[in-house]
Amino acid sequence: MDNSYKSGAEALLHSLHLEGVELMFGYPGGAALHIYDAIFNQDHVEHILVRHEQGAVHAADGYARATGKPGVALVTSGPGATNAITGLATAYMDSTPIVVISGQVKSMLIGTDSFQETDMIGVSRPIVKHSFLVQKAEDIPEIVKKAFHIATTGRPGPVVIDVPKDFTDPEFKFEFNYPSEINMRSYKPAQAGDSSRIKEAVDLIENSKRPVIYSGGGVIQDDASDELIEFAKLLDFPITNTLMGLGAFPGSDPQFMGMLGMHGTYQANMAMHNADLIIAVGARFDDRITNDPKKFSLQAKKIHIDVDPASVSKIIHADVPIVGSAKECLSMLIQEIKGRDLKINHAELSTWNKQVSDWRDAHGLNHSLLELGPQNGKILPQQVVQSLYKETEGEAFVTSDVGQHQMFAAQYYHFDKPRQWINSGGLGTMGFGLPSAMGVQLAYPDATVACVTGEGSIQMCIQELSTCLQYGLPIKIINLNNAALGMVRQWQDMQYGGRYSSSTYENSLPDFKALAESYGHIGIKVAKFEDLESAMKECISLKDRLVFLDVDVDPNEHVYPMLEAGNSMDYMWLGKDKKTW
Amino acid sequence: MKRVIALLMENQPGALSRVVGLFSQRGYNIETLVVAPTSDPTLSRLTMSTEGDEKVVEQITKQLDKLIDVVMVSDLGSSDFVERELMLIKFKKDSFPEDSFDETNIVSNNEEIVNVQIIGTSSELDQLILDTAHSNPIEIVRSGPLGISSDKNTLSIDN
Repeated sequence: MDNSYKSGAEALLHSLHLEGVELMFGYPGGAALHIYDAIFNQDHVEHILVRHEQGAVHAADGYARATGKPGVALVTSGPGATNAITGLATAYMDSTPIVVISGQVKSMLIGTDSFQETDMIGVSRPIVKHSFLVQKAEDIPEIVKKAFHIATTGRPGPVVIDVPKDFTDPEFKFEFNYPSEINMRSYKPAQAGDSSRIKEAVDLIENSKRPVIYSGGGVIQDDASDELIEFAKLLDFPITNTLMGLGAFPGSDPQFMGMLGMHGTYQANMAMHNADLIIAVGARFDDRITNDPKKFSLQAKKIHIDVDPASVSKIIHADVPIVGSAKECLSMLIQEIKGRDLKINHAELSTWNKQVSDWRDAHGLNHSLLELGPQNGKILPQQVVQSLYKETEGEAFVTSDVGQHQMFAAQYYHFDKPRQWINSGGLGTMGFGLPSAMGVQLAYPDATVACVTGEGSIQMCIQELSTCLQYGLPIKIINLNNAALGMVRQWQDMQYGGRYSSSTYENSLPDFKALAESYGHIGIKVAKFEDLESAMKECISLKDRLVFLDVDVDPNEHVYPMLEAGNSMDYMWLGKDKKTW
Repeated sequence: MKRVIALLMENQPGALSRVVGLFSQRGYNIETLVVAPTSDPTLSRLTMSTEGDEKVVEQITKQLDKLIDVVMVSDLGSSDFVERELMLIKFKKDSFPEDSFDETNIVSNNEEIVNVQIIGTSSELDQLILDTAHSNPIEIVRSGPLGISSDKNTLSIDN
């Protein structure tokens, strides 16, 4: 079979099959039609027709994040390709392994401003890990092999394959050979860390009095959660996860301090600021963590483990840089620790752990808000997330969009497992939630997949409700409806004197219940606190249907804690009139 | 301070734009850029000079190394190296500063115009421009520096 003669389009599909691809998301158009015909004539790779190319890429991304396997999207040239750009940038910022195949005009038309022509390689260049412009049909198998290799290894990322239409011509066939392995002289990602650095790291660990483990998305990408848990348990150090790293360490474990950073918990941010040792694993000290890097955790030595050498010492100097995969490096650390008669000052450590616990008691998040009932007659958005957590027993996949609802979901849903929490952390893409939930639901048809969103974000890719009907995807859309662009409004409250410039809709919002019903789904509207839990129960219990749960929440609620810009991590707003300085 | 970085990259369409794009994308400056195929036709060698402190240059070399088409990167300034740049200068015949050049520098000479070529370090060429400014050269063309390390290290995939 592998050696039969194939057209470029058939070769592309068969190469995807040989890479283990079972599912792809896409939208047809002129330059991709030979490929679509080849899809029709095979039954290995199922194609999911989305309603907008942005949705295709987010869905492939959600699939990749939930499964760890590469996601695949197929779009046509020109507008199909440019519509894919936001999805590519989203995947790039969060380092997710996806392969986007774009149709291109015929090779002889490239550069002539022909119909639906866009320089996809040029347009996507700064937001892809790599890209390929197919130069002849026979190159397709090797390019696909390389694309998957590059997307999934080292620091993962999106790869584009731009395929001119003439190279998928069904009339031109060539002998198909799929390379069994790829050796690229210019691409050799690091695996194991330097063993002398590992020893230095453990020396620092032994001498620390106020250590913190700070882990990020790299641990999830590398399936290193087991190693992280073992490492943290072995040392009994307090641990925090970034927004991208939630779930790598069980969210309900008392050793876990919660998320850190811009909207991180009081105890996590205080611990980072006061630490004398920070062990960063698969995290990149971005600006939503460090606040002002010049004032960031000045007393702490930093051990920085990352598979991407360019991430180490980019923002914050690493005293012990360790370049390698999170899984491999954590295993090496565990081995080194176990091999030593580890001299940790347990008295100091227990004082430190007590301090963290005191911080938590003083200003930690209240995870029992449901018991408080309505606040000023309104439902708090946090209560909706707690209700979702309760009803799904903490076991749902939760995708989200961007804004207040995203932060509430991150703060109040305890993610106990990696890959359970799926959000656009780096790019902050509104519109990500629903299409990414489609990717998750298709990967795990029997799982509960909830999309926690807001009335702003959901409207950015709402057309995918139609895709969900076509493929019977029973996603639970939890819409925290505050009738305003909540995070924008919060900033306008805090920094712009409450001048709500273009952050409300003046009664122009759709009736989401009716909208969902018009798309063939179930809509439920909740306006009173008393109805919240029963409606949530009904929503989650409808296993085979998409349910759009539209909940009116308090529009005046803000997300706290919130770091004060331009300062160190201990400068936090804890409420509208409450701050730490 | 000025730093000279040399790299080998796959001689493929689009490879150069990835390197150049990286600089604008990440806000680094390229002062000079020279690129040509090597004796191995699958590879191009690119030499660039940029301004930046130690930390910036470390970031630049790491980011360049991360590009899939880039095979090897070397910050030439990290050890002794030789730097040479070519400059061509056009003078009007009547104001040509004969004392500043010898015959071997002259590459064309007619009734109106004298063109000279000079090879040296970038700072030597800077100095020469200052020294001949009073002769009002009408055009100056510089290649940007090339660099090669002074020790036995080479930028080569055969190592």
